[in-house]
Amino acid sequence: MDFWPTLYVFVLATFIGLGVIRRVSRLLHTPLMSLTNAISAIAVVGAILITGGDYPLRIRVLGAIALFASMTNIVSGFLITDRMLKMFKTDTRGDGNRA
Amino acid sequence: MMYGVSQFGYLVASVLFIFALHWMNTPATARRGVFAGIGGTGLAVLVTWADPSVIHHVWIILAIVAGFVVGVPLSRVPLTAVPQRTALSHAFGGAAAGLVGTAEYYLQLSEGGEHLSPFRMAALIAEIILGYLTLTGSLMAAGKLQEIKWIPQRPVIYRFQNVGNLLLAAIAVAIAVAVTASPTAPWAPALFAVVILLALLFGVLLIIPIGGADMPTVIAILNSYAGLSAVAMGFVLDNKLLITAGALDGSSGLILAIIMCKAMNRSFTNVLFGAFGQVKQAAATGEEKVYKPETAEGAAQVLEQANFVVVIPGYGMAVAQAQHKVRELYDQLKKRGVTVKFAIHPVAGRMPGHMNVLLAEADIPYTDLVEMDEINPDMPQVDVALVVGANDVVNPAARSDKTSPIYGMPIINADKARSVFAIKRSKNSGFAGIDNELYFADRTWMLFGDAKNVIGDLVKQLAGGSGMH
Repeated sequence: MDFWPTLYVFVLATFIGLGVIRRVSRLLHTPLMSLTNAISAIAVVGAILITGGDYPLRIRVLGAIALFASMTNIVSGFLITDRMLKMFKTDTRGDGNRA
Repeated sequence: MMYGVSQFGYLVASVLFIFALHWMNTPATARRGVFAGIGGTGLAVLVTWADPSVIHHVWIILAIVAGFVVGVPLSRVPLTAVPQRTALSHAFGGAAAGLVGTAEYYLQLSEGGEHLSPFRMAALIAEIILGYLTLTGSLMAAGKLQEIKWIPQRPVIYRFQNVGNLLLAAIAVAIAVAVTASPTAPWAPALFAVVILLALLFGVLLIIPIGGADMPTVIAILNSYAGLSAVAMGFVLDNKLLITAGALDGSSGLILAIIMCKAMNRSFTNVLFGAFGQVKQAAATGEEKVYKPETAEGAAQVLEQANFVVVIPGYGMAVAQAQHKVRELYDQLKKRGVTVKFAIHPVAGRMPGHMNVLLAEADIPYTDLVEMDEINPDMPQVDVALVVGANDVVNPAARSDKTSPIYGMPIINADKARSVFAIKRSKNSGFAGIDNELYFADRTWMLFGDAKNVIGDLVKQLAGGSGMH
């Protein structure tokens, strides 16, 4: 396997990440953490391939647990991020919208 | 054909993830970021599921349903519990990476192991070490934050702790190198299992010496590890989406950890291996000093006369769930034309941004939440600094006392305000166990009691006979 392209992707993505995250508002560091957590639960991709593949049972059991764990992070991560972000308002007068 | 479609899907998902984080740079666009993230994840799940090698669908559906069943309640926890939820989700992320790595290794082995090139094997080992140590480390952190009884809250220190940990790490690395060099040797599967056990153990050992005040940094570091384990999985599966998403998560955790360390004037190694707890006993032996207590009535009168009030919240506000009462106080003062700002220290609370979220929950406009560096030049003009459950972040010893363990840490200069009211649950010293001279200063008056009750009393006094409450 030629691993150089993947290493390139890693290094470049890290720089993009550093650049983008540096500019995230400090107000939002808690939601940022739950959002990146949901995004990195993209490990679900690997879990699906293992759970759904034509593999021995014990392998697929490991995959299914991983799939469950990732899916939990995806669901709770995005939901709680949105729940928190909805609370950030500039002016609260006349807006009775409570989550 | 299918390969092209799925790769294109992954590419689009990567772009969506980058946009998701980009939109977090201001609260105005932040919710768009969530939708972009959901779009990217959904797309990636669909194209992966459509892969021809995926033939068993029932298990996938069951696992996804189970994920929803657990995930939805986890997203509804009270906001004061967000630090432990975050730690728990790092644990889940670490578990997923560790399990996929384990499955992948034994799978490749059962198929003869010819795909286990040194690079892939090294990535696999990195994936399981990072994954499993994040699992147990984050569970420990979540337990400490949740204050579960059998997990010690105070840092646990013993002799040769750092040496022992380093030795353990060295053994794990040595075994890892051996397994990487000959992944198909007859002894390799057993040693692979030993590496897993060592990683699990290492996660626990890494967290037990860490106290609550260092949690923001540690959570950020674990966040970074969880991301890096996803990167390693990407290397194993040759999947560039995983690498991109993991790298974004990893760099996010890294930046947050650096910000937290700077806010405490400490280095990474000092947080992880510094054993903050040791200085505590030494600092507690000062002579008895006298607090000047004040009543809610007296404090309310001073607040009423003020033009500029700065509230400095800390973990105590979260513990007492006082943010809604704080909002009532804010309303009462605003009604009288008082300028009210909230001064937020980067490490106030138990995770990055903790105070901002709690105050936003109480409907306080985020435009009134001010960072430490912005508020400090204005502090001499502040009539009243109201400290709500914060301690170390307003301790002037950080500026003046070279022997103090927090010396050099940037603080909010509450002591420069014209007067200070500090709400404190008890007369004990703060989480770092250090005396706070601010409480004994000439212009400081103490309001003892639960933050929620004390602020409730202040609100009652301010509301007076107007019959509002």
